[in-house]
Amino acid sequence: MGEVIFGSGGVVPAAELPDVELYHAKTWITKYVFSQDAKVIAVQYSITAMAIGVVALVLSWLMRLQLGFPGTFSFISAEGYYQFITMHGMIMVIYLLTALFLGGFGNYLIPLMVGARDMVFPYANMLSYWLYLLAVLVLVASIFAPGGPTGAGWTLYPPQAILGGTPGAEAGIILMLLSLILFIIGFTMGGLNYVVTVLQGRTRGMTLMRMPLTVWGIFTATVMALLAFPALFVAAVMMLFDRTLGTSFFMPSLVSMGEHLKYGGGSPILWQHLFWFFGHPEVYIVALPAFGIVSDLISVHARKAIFGYRMMVWAIVIIGALSFVVWAHHMYVSGMNLNFGFFFAVTTLIIAVPTAIKVYNWVLTLWHADIHLTVPMLFALGFVVTFVNGGLTGLFLGNVVVDLPLSATMFVVAHFHMVMGVAPILVVFGGIYHWYPKVTGRMMDDRLGKLHFWVTFLGAYAIFFPMHYLGLIGVPRRYYELGETAFIPKSAETLNVFITLAALIVGAAQMVFLFNLVRSLFNGRLAGGNPWNATSLEWQTPETPPAHGNWGKELPVVYRWAYDYSVPGAERDFIPQNQPPAGVAAQATITAVSAAH
Amino acid sequence: MLLFLAVVAAISGWWLSQQRLTSKPWLEEGVQGDFPGTGASSLPAAKLGLGVFLAVVGSLFALLISAYLMRVSTTSLNILDGPKLPGPRLLWFNTGMLVLSSVALQWAWLQARRRQMDGVRVNLLVAAVSALAFVAGQLLVWRQLTQSGYFLTSSPANSFFYLLTGVHGLHVLGGLAALGRTIARAWPGVATEPMRLGVELCAIYWHFLLLIWLVVFSLVMGWADDFADICRALIT
Amino acid sequence: MVVALVLVLVAVGSVVFHLLSPWWFTPIASNWGYIDATINITFWITGFVFSAVVLFMAYCVFRFRHVDGRRAAHQPESTRLESWLGIATAVGVAAMLAPGLFVWSQFVTVPAGTAELEVVGQQWQWSFRLPGKQGRLGTSDPQYVSADNPLGLNPNDPKGRDNIVIVGDDLHLPIGKPVKLLLRSLDVVHDFWVPEFRAKMDLLPGLVTYFWFTPTKVGTYEILCAGFCGIGHPQMRGSVVVEEENAYQAWLGKQQTFEQLTKKQLAKK
Ligand code: HEM
Ligand SMILES: [Cu+2]
Ligand SMILES: [Cu+2]
Repeated sequence: MGEVIFGSGGVVPAAELPDVELYHAKTWITKYVFSQDAKVIAVQYSITAMAIGVVALVLSWLMRLQLGFPGTFSFISAEGYYQFITMHGMIMVIYLLTALFLGGFGNYLIPLMVGARDMVFPYANMLSYWLYLLAVLVLVASIFAPGGPTGAGWTLYPPQAILGGTPGAEAGIILMLLSLILFIIGFTMGGLNYVVTVLQGRTRGMTLMRMPLTVWGIFTATVMALLAFPALFVAAVMMLFDRTLGTSFFMPSLVSMGEHLKYGGGSPILWQHLFWFFGHPEVYIVALPAFGIVSDLISVHARKAIFGYRMMVWAIVIIGALSFVVWAHHMYVSGMNLNFGFFFAVTTLIIAVPTAIKVYNWVLTLWHADIHLTVPMLFALGFVVTFVNGGLTGLFLGNVVVDLPLSATMFVVAHFHMVMGVAPILVVFGGIYHWYPKVTGRMMDDRLGKLHFWVTFLGAYAIFFPMHYLGLIGVPRRYYELGETAFIPKSAETLNVFITLAALIVGAAQMVFLFNLVRSLFNGRLAGGNPWNATSLEWQTPETPPAHGNWGKELPVVYRWAYDYSVPGAERDFIPQNQPPAGVAAQATITAVSAAH
Repeated sequence: MLLFLAVVAAISGWWLSQQRLTSKPWLEEGVQGDFPGTGASSLPAAKLGLGVFLAVVGSLFALLISAYLMRVSTTSLNILDGPKLPGPRLLWFNTGMLVLSSVALQWAWLQARRRQMDGVRVNLLVAAVSALAFVAGQLLVWRQLTQSGYFLTSSPANSFFYLLTGVHGLHVLGGLAALGRTIARAWPGVATEPMRLGVELCAIYWHFLLLIWLVVFSLVMGWADDFADICRALIT
Repeated sequence: MVVALVLVLVAVGSVVFHLLSPWWFTPIASNWGYIDATINITFWITGFVFSAVVLFMAYCVFRFRHVDGRRAAHQPESTRLESWLGIATAVGVAAMLAPGLFVWSQFVTVPAGTAELEVVGQQWQWSFRLPGKQGRLGTSDPQYVSADNPLGLNPNDPKGRDNIVIVGDDLHLPIGKPVKLLLRSLDVVHDFWVPEFRAKMDLLPGLVTYFWFTPTKVGTYEILCAGFCGIGHPQMRGSVVVEEENAYQAWLGKQQTFEQLTKKQLAKK
């Protein structure tokens, strides 16, 4: 990996690189396939992530069918069910959301928003995508491997993950671990790019406190990911050794199905520490970019500066830092020293404060605003509702005693789907509707978009809100079927049927989205350079879609922060970041301020 | 791990505090030339990249080592962690090689700045050879160990030893690839800017690997047992 | 307009759903009533915050939606407002955390004189071991596990000879007496959970974990496994029977010790 760093020398800050030094694609293949242009890589990342995301969505249908109508579908076996939940969880969290937010949105938006021509290490950036694709392919390969993919749950707890009695313990788990290792190496290459580009590639005048919150969110999330993914990496390598070479990192001596195994001396709890040391920051790796993006969506479409920008930045940084000291709240009942419960409950609930402040600032931005209920804005509002809901149930689970009865029940499933499933996905959709015109030059269809929003938002709420109550009764998660259980009333089955129907409808609505995505490519209304009248730099490119190198001859110069909306006395209700203050002669002849008007 | 995180937090905290985070951006118009130090970093991208990369590698090793310490300190296991690994004398030799390698690179860097190309070339070669010797020496240690019955799977302590040294060795090999490129660049004998940067980056990377090796070494030799005891006291 | 209305419906609907829902905890049968109380406090606080935020949003959407000629106010921040909200949040969080930590401190302190017994998990069944006349549990290790010794008791440990071993049968507990369950697993991670007792804890191979509670209601309760342990996970069930002291003693008298079991096995061969 060392090589990557030394690959591109040169002491000129990327921001000042003259156009000629940019890498130029010569053939169609290097332009669109093995491309080093962050914008192309972003699209590649997004398409791959969405494709594998559809797989995860279909799996969720199958799971819901089983839970809603147990015993009806003979093609869903217990093995199958556990393989479905594992693949579904893993894909959604890592291969869809992480890849989409950082690889997709990060690649597209960071260089444009900070006014750079490209990422600083384009070659590593390209490798990052291809490693990601390889990781996805290995994951898919595991589905067809003998014995099928692993069914150990997305947490892959040993010893169970590598022993018989768990589906996919033969080849599936090996491929899963390999895929994760590839993903992490690939991500590291991309992540170095995102971080260094923000540190070093900003154009003149773009101070940190003038960056849009989107960049802050993605930047902080990437830093966290770079520090947290090594934990998963280490754990995956160790488990791979346990499985293939017979080491005992995580394996104490044990008797599996009446058979004495050769293992001895290891500790399963070590895996849990390593996994959650990665796993908890991972939640915020998905959440922080969503926080950033949603702040920008709200601000643009409410035509008002984001309320409390400084507090928003500090909150992002504080949340990022704190999320490294709360991991064991996933392990309250894991058998670790019980006294840790005090510490982790306190740190966990402290995070609630900066998070709550962010929520307040989002809704306060709406106060005395000029709210355009566009599709991106609707998704942003939907995000706030689901995120507040999921965040508040997090206060239940973080408060160690309350976690005692609720952990490992459907309450947990409902909680994390609200907070890190539905909420970030709504932001992903909002972001796509918002930036699609920049990426393609065309608007997405508004009517289909609204249909998509309402079904997705209300449907997802109908799936996951009632699910909390299943957990309160005591329905455990990861149960293929409930069977006869005395304390669970018959009415719970009815509720399960309802949830399944809602899930099927929500899933179908995503097809509307995909249809809209493809159709608008050809039929969408032409967008112009700045259809939303936004201030941030990506909307001020001389061309739409932005050409290779982003800025034409000269880099933009930044004179103001990203939130100059409805400034008193200004002529229009927004002032682009690169518009010089009145009285100051333009320092550079870039502008081409949105031809849209 | 926490120690490492604290260091990272301190560095980022210091940097952030330089960035006028408390300024009110909506009150300030104009190019930010008036506020020195808040623009893009003037360090070369590659150097910054290396810095960030080292943070990642540091996190990797910090986690491995914390995992090791945690295992040493989990005493409630009913099977012993296996006999202590012997610290063969060869390990001392290897350590010496790595130190030599690091010193040579540092020297090469100094000479590169003074444009003494001959010295640069010699020192780069010395560094490469001694690093190779280090890797070869580590492989020898592995062989000695397996021959005397300490296999990878004999006990978790052994597994950790092989894992830690293996991962470290791979990083040295990765560095050697980069060093190879730098040597190729230095060979024409002209002091170019990319060449000088390459030497500098190699030197930084080497010092970092040396540091990690010293920590691993002290663990293997059991010098860190007291530290492990403290950790245990904290945990239980 | 529609948007604001839907938001109001979401907020009001959620609260109504909560109040009318027939789905609620199973009736409690242990001393951990405080846990339920903490959950209730948390429901009140979070329910209030949720409704307030969503209704506020609905109002804004209704009141400040775009009409021709509207222009947003310029109002980048208000440190006062933000600080007050932050402080209020901190107070609310503390109001949930304080009772939580208080109850947790009870959970981690096992009262003196609590009876100990062992729960052993394996794919996919529950087994139990009670101390015998000497009142102590002998040592154990997976390496001793065999058909005759399913729980892997140490045959050379005199303390284990009189231990009562229960495999494939219910566990009985006397009402009103605190018990400390020592948990261990022979193979993978399991989790001992009786919803009526509220608390749960993982069982790990190579480690002994524990928790304690006092059963407070006579009855038969189902044990679920709450730690995913492979294909048979949902079928890993057992029962705990809580009964009066004399019924319990009668049951105890009928159980077999480790020694008796081993002798019987030998006799068979
Ligand atoms: C319509 C959308 C979705 C539906 C209907 C759905 C449904 C489900 C179901 C039924 C389970 C298994 C519950 C169990 O038996 O334990 C599950 C697990 C899970 N889901 Fe989703 N899901 C959806 C979207 C998402 C999204 C967007 C994410 C992204 C974070 C996600 C992440 C997970 C994870 C991490 C698990 C846990 C897997 C495990 O237990 O190992 N899901 N989901
Ligand atoms: Cu967490
Ligand atoms: Cu189980």
